[in-house]
Amino acid sequence: MTEQPPSRRWRVRLGLIRVTAVLAAVFGINYLVWRWLDSINWSAAWIAVPLILAETYSLIDTFFFGATMWRLRDRGEPPPPAPDATVDVFITTYNEPVDLVMDTARAAHRIRFPHQTWVLDDGDRSEMRAAAEGEGIGYLTRSTDWADRPRHAKAGNLNNALFVTEGEFLLILDADQVPLPAILDRTLGYFTEPRVAIVQTPQYFVNVEDHDPLGCQSPLFYGPIQQGKDGWNAAFFCGSNAVLRRDALMQLGVVGYVRAVQTAVRDALRAAGSVVAKARTQAREYGPGAVDALDQIDAAVRLARTELRAGEPVAVITLDFQERIDAASRGMVSADLEELKADLAEIEALPIEADRDIGAMVVDEAALDRLADREWSPLGALEEVRALIKAVDVDLDSEAQPIMPVATISVTEDMTTAMRLHALGWRSVYHHEILAHGLAPESLATMLGQRLRWAQGTMQVLLKENPLTKPGLSPGQRIMYFATMWSYLCGFAAIVYIACPVLYLLFTVRPVQSFSGGFMARLIPYLLCTQAMFLAVGYGIKTWRGQQYSLALFPLWIRACVTATGNVFFGRKLGFVVTPKVREERREFPWRLIWPQLTAIVALAGAAIVGLVRLAFGWTAEPGAIWINLAWVVYDLVVLSVIIEAARYQGPPTEERTA
Amino acid sequence: MIEMDTGFGDDAAVIRPQGRLTMVSAPQLRSMVVKAVEDHRIRVVVDLSATEFMDSSGLGALIAGLKTTRQAGGDLRIACMGPQVATIIQLANLDRVLRPYPTVAEALQ
Repeated sequence: MTEQPPSRRWRVRLGLIRVTAVLAAVFGINYLVWRWLDSINWSAAWIAVPLILAETYSLIDTFFFGATMWRLRDRGEPPPPAPDATVDVFITTYNEPVDLVMDTARAAHRIRFPHQTWVLDDGDRSEMRAAAEGEGIGYLTRSTDWADRPRHAKAGNLNNALFVTEGEFLLILDADQVPLPAILDRTLGYFTEPRVAIVQTPQYFVNVEDHDPLGCQSPLFYGPIQQGKDGWNAAFFCGSNAVLRRDALMQLGVVGYVRAVQTAVRDALRAAGSVVAKARTQAREYGPGAVDALDQIDAAVRLARTELRAGEPVAVITLDFQERIDAASRGMVSADLEELKADLAEIEALPIEADRDIGAMVVDEAALDRLADREWSPLGALEEVRALIKAVDVDLDSEAQPIMPVATISVTEDMTTAMRLHALGWRSVYHHEILAHGLAPESLATMLGQRLRWAQGTMQVLLKENPLTKPGLSPGQRIMYFATMWSYLCGFAAIVYIACPVLYLLFTVRPVQSFSGGFMARLIPYLLCTQAMFLAVGYGIKTWRGQQYSLALFPLWIRACVTATGNVFFGRKLGFVVTPKVREERREFPWRLIWPQLTAIVALAGAAIVGLVRLAFGWTAEPGAIWINLAWVVYDLVVLSVIIEAARYQGPPTEERTA
Repeated sequence: MIEMDTGFGDDAAVIRPQGRLTMVSAPQLRSMVVKAVEDHRIRVVVDLSATEFMDSSGLGALIAGLKTTRQAGGDLRIACMGPQVATIIQLANLDRVLRPYPTVAEALQ
């Protein structure tokens, strides 16, 4: 692909970014090494250690930010599309108002490049169907295969549509993202490079006022961060306003299918082996026929496991296996019927169940072990083995469709899908041009729900498919994905940064040996260089809201980490909600949503007053330290103040949306 | 173009995709397997000897067909694949699930 050389201005900016990034790293290391070796106040270790850990976290975050910006990439003018490219435009909806969806659908219909528009209605609403079809727009809803099977939310909606459409490329739009007519002309050209699988464009919201109290525009993310990741071939899919290559998605689906089948059959055979072993210990009571049959099943399980290890095709193994089980069952006629009934009831409750939040089929290890530990009559054991293998066989009966191209392991299907595509060697592009106009949440509650979902999804991915160890990713891609996940740990650091100055001003608890001398001399250059890097990156971009929210939403980030961990390791519910797109009634002040932040604000303000009183009356041996902590408190308060502004926000003045 | 040959017994069908088996023709292959199974032809062999090119959607159609036949108590097998098709099947690891048969006759056994 031909690309224009970057402008002189761009090169100067990139040069500045790199110089400030190196300086921030050097001064950061200088400060932190000293902090670790020579400044921790061990007599107050309970707060000194959390502070040094929080500071280490922040320095690593700065490294990651610098690394992201190091390769900032300006794509400039896109190449022209291949004239014969075929495109499906997917508009995903669940419960958004029909009018809102139709605004988007009509705009999609008017996109200039030839294409077919589809409304993917997960709500299966007849009025939505009528509206779409009335204007010649395609309407899709889930096939009957999905009844009683995991639905996988938006990922499932897209996967369903993939199998009933045939365009070479797919433009994905959320229900409220109204596309411009040029969106395909400006993005399809990148696919003339055959390894490109994703072209992502910014998400921009029209219903956000200039001062953006809810921090909905993410100019830093849809800008330098994605452009920086793009430099490492790690720009990722964000769920909407992106074009995907169907063949890449399908390949992902097929590879994922093969892996899922192999793992599931391996686990099921292992469990079957335990069930048979248990049943054999009592088989004598049922006579020689039972002993013989169980011997046959045991041999069949062993053979299947050996063949699987040897790389025999799974379809052949499972078919042979089922035939052997059938043969064995013919020899067993004298089983105790009562006992069989009890066993069959147990089989109903197979240890494979749908994860409640993402709907993925998961093998419940504990239940599998319970089944294996249970006592089985020979015929019961046989039926159990048969049912186990059936549930995981090559037809993946437990799923609506065997192939799930869009990832279903996380509530943020977009990032996971992008990471898997990168791991298969596909490339991504971030095209920095606003080509769709969307609607942002208009209240604190909906904004919090959306952020929580993103944070939970990102942590799920980190815990399930850690980019640092996932095969196939380049070192740069590993760091880029990990950096995003790392940034969601900031809530823990924020608590420490709020608690420290309060503890000092109220109780003179010092997390460092001294606030004077060496401390400031090392800290100030580090902070200045970090801010200089931010300025160089964010010149002309409003980055302050983002900085505020990364601290001010600390309870939410922590909740996301805790719930995602509980979900991945203990199968607990995530508890997230679909983000509503419609305006709510006039709201009360949402005390309950932000009480941790309000508590922090009260504590900080109280500490500041105490500090000022101590200064005024000379009740301190170290006025310098008081001043430093007062400055720290003021910074915390200014940052946290955004949450009050957000809580009082009643949404933008009523307006007609411009499309 | 895709042909179906039913001259191999009451419960069998041989499906022959010709030329390119891609996102354009994959839906047709899927619906042919469904139709065969509806006619109680649950042993389906996909004869790939005339298939010059296959993409991931083609692979997806094979897997969907495998599911359709297996759920009806039958099976779907692939036979006579050429070098391009063999490469794409290996790239996707699909040979770890489906065994490629050298001839239609062997696949029908």
